[in-house]
Parts: sequence; C-alpha cells; structure tokens
Amino acid sequence: MNINLTLIGQTISFAFFVWFCMKFVWPALMSIMEEREKKIADGLEAADRADKDLELAQKKATAQLREAKEEAAAIIEQANKRANQIVEEAKDQAVAEGNRLKAAAEAQIEQEVNRAKEELRGKVAVLALAGAEKVLGASIDENANSELVNQLAAEL
Amino acid sequence: MASEELTQTGYIQHHLQNMAYGKLPAGYERADGTVLQEATWTLAHSYQEAADMGFWAVHLDTLGWSIGLGLIFSFLFSKAAKSATTGVPSGLQSFVEMIVEFVDGVVKDTFHHTNKLVAPMALTIFVWVFLMNLMDLVPIDWLPLGAQVVSGDPHLFFKVVPTTDPNATLGMAIGVFLLMIGFSIKNKGFGGFMRELALHPFNHPVMIPFNLFLELVGLIAKPISLGLRLFGNLYAGEMIFILIALLYSGGLVLGVFGAGLQWMWAVFHILVITLQAFVFMVLTTVYMAMAHDVDEHH
Repeated sequence: MNINLTLIGQTISFAFFVWFCMKFVWPALMSIMEEREKKIADGLEAADRADKDLELAQKKATAQLREAKEEAAAIIEQANKRANQIVEEAKDQAVAEGNRLKAAAEAQIEQEVNRAKEELRGKVAVLALAGAEKVLGASIDENANSELVNQLAAEL
Repeated sequence: MASEELTQTGYIQHHLQNMAYGKLPAGYERADGTVLQEATWTLAHSYQEAADMGFWAVHLDTLGWSIGLGLIFSFLFSKAAKSATTGVPSGLQSFVEMIVEFVDGVVKDTFHHTNKLVAPMALTIFVWVFLMNLMDLVPIDWLPLGAQVVSGDPHLFFKVVPTTDPNATLGMAIGVFLLMIGFSIKNKGFGGFMRELALHPFNHPVMIPFNLFLELVGLIAKPISLGLRLFGNLYAGEMIFILIALLYSGGLVLGVFGAGLQWMWAVFHILVITLQAFVFMVLTTVYMAMAHDVDEHH
C-alpha cells in the first residue's frame, strides 16, 4: 500500500503498451476492418445491381416474348388471308376456265348442229329426189330439177 | 488458506502486502534481528521493512504481473492484427475484432476529434485493465502459495492483482493526466490552457485566485479519482475474497459455505472487473475529449 517507484514503472509500461497498440495493433486491425466493410458494402451494392439487372432482363424477356407472339399471330393471320385469297383466285380461275370450256363446247355443238343440218339438208334433197323419182316412176332430169330440190332443201 | 500458526489478521495483512524490493539504509535492524552494515537493495521481509523502504522501492509482483499481462495483450492483439484477413474472421481474429469494434464505437461516441492515439489507448486500457482485474478471479491463495513453494520462502509477499495496488492504478492515471495536459496545451495553447484554469467558472479578474484554486483542484482530482476508483473497487473485491477465504479455516460446514460464497462473489465480480475496466477506458476518453474541446469549457 506504499506509494513508491512502482508508480513510475507502471506509468512507463502504460506508455509503452499504449505506444505498441497505437503502432502495431490498432492501425492494422482498423484498416482490415474498414477494408472488409468496404468489401461487404461493394458486395451488397453488386447484389442490388444484379437484382436490378435481373429484373430488367426479365422485363425485356417478357416484352420480347410478347412481341414474338404478336408477330407470330400476325404472320398466321397473313398466311390465312393469303390462303383464302389463293382459294378465291383458284375458284375464280376454275369458274373462268369452266365458262371458257362451256363456251367452246357450245360453239362446237352449234357447229356440229349446223354441220348436221347441212348434211341433213343434203340428204333430204337426195332423199326427196329419190322419193320423187320413185313416185314419178321416171327419172327426172337431175340437172333440171336439182335447182328446185336444192331450193326446197334450203327452205327446210 | 490460513494455517494454524497464522492469525486471521496476519493472513489478511499478508495478502495485502506487495512484494517490495527496495533500499534499506545502513544500520537498519531487519525483521529477523540482523543489523545491516550498509545500505542494501533487498526484498522486504516484513510490513515494517516495506514501509521503511520509502519511495525507493518497487513492487515486483505488481510490475511483473502488469507487464506480463500487458505483453499477453500486446502479443495476442498484434498476432491477430498481423494475420488478419478481410475474409470471414474466425477464432482469435473475430474475438479481437469484436473488442476493437466495441472500443471504437465507445470512443467515436465520446471523442469527436482527430487523434490517432486516443482509440488505441482506450483499447489498451480496456483490455489491459480487464486482464489485470481478471487476476482477482484466480482463487487468492493459489498463485501466492505457488510462488512461496517455487521461491522456497514461506513468508514471501505476493499479490497477483496489480490493480489492487494503488501504484499501478495511479501510475496509469498519471499517464492519462500527462497526456491530458499535453493535449490541452497542444490544442488550446499554453495561454488558452491557463485562461481556462484562471477565468473559469467566474470570468472576472478579481476571481482569478478563486478560479485557479477551484480548477486546479478539479484538474488534480481527475487522475486521482480515476486511479483510486479502480483501486478501491478492486481492493474491496480482493478484500472480500480474503474474508471469504478465512471461512475455509472454520471447519467443514463453514468451508463449504465459503466455497459457495466465493463462487457467488466471483460471478458478481466478473461484472465488476469488466465494468471497472470499461469505466477507466470511458473516463480516459472523456478526459481526452475535454483536452481537445477548444471552445467549450468544462
């Protein structure tokens, strides 16, 4: 309990330990801790940024998907339209072709009919002449009467 | 433990005496009756001898334990600082960082100036004082008895708790006091420091002597109270441990009772030693902050 030199010894050792701590302990630990703090802060910030990026990318992906869907729908619609158009065109063409064929056939038929009429006329003239020949029992001058018969045939 | 030839008073006194190594004058009659032919540096063998050594003596146990514990602190913390990484801290590093962070928080709360000494000093004080206080939890007879066995001297004085020696606590308080004065003069100038002493609390030339008296008492009281607070708390705690230890000589029943008491007091004392280390640290920081406050007067 006596106050003596220990007092000064303790003061000196106190000064020494404080100096030691100030020199070798505190700055090293503080710099490490600050560095780590910074690292953690950076990491958190990066995570935040990544989160935002992800959100953005998701939004972008959704938009792209919607766009693609719309585009696909448009393409399908267009294709349908085109198909309808092709069908219409084919129909029109078929109708036109049909009409053309019909017209041609009709023309041909008419031609045939006319031809048959001509033929018939000729044959009728011959037949009439033959009939008349038989009826008269004599031969009629073919040359003299053929004019008349032909006129008759033409009237038929 | 109090052996039979020892009285209870003797036991207590023996536990309160430091191992003093000092100079005894020529012609001094020692405790064992021999008379010294010339002035000698020697270990004190009685309370009277320790007292007669006066100022020129050192307490080997106080200095030994405090320096030893200070070295343990320095070694552990510098080791942690050297091997510290910015990765996930583990083991010693995380423990050390926890303390450093705690001290840093306390210092930042109290001390708002730039000074690269204050925070490390707070850390040193906190850990060192805590370690010194911690020696109080070692059962009070183990280390002294061990020292007596090792040295072969059955009457060797040996105190293991440096903070129960006023020399140690006041020694640290003096260190703080010198820094306080140094920083005051550095920050306020010698004139400013003197003005603060002379013109406060009553700013009038007539009141200067009164102010000086008041402020000087206040100034001196700071280190004294700082040192004596720590000393008083730990000394009282140590004293209670000694008194409890006396129960061991009172038979089986009292001995068991004493063991329970000692355990309880030790548990309570964990709080006291931490708190006292903390108080010493905070007060030191506050004094340092005062020394830096240029405008405010305290």
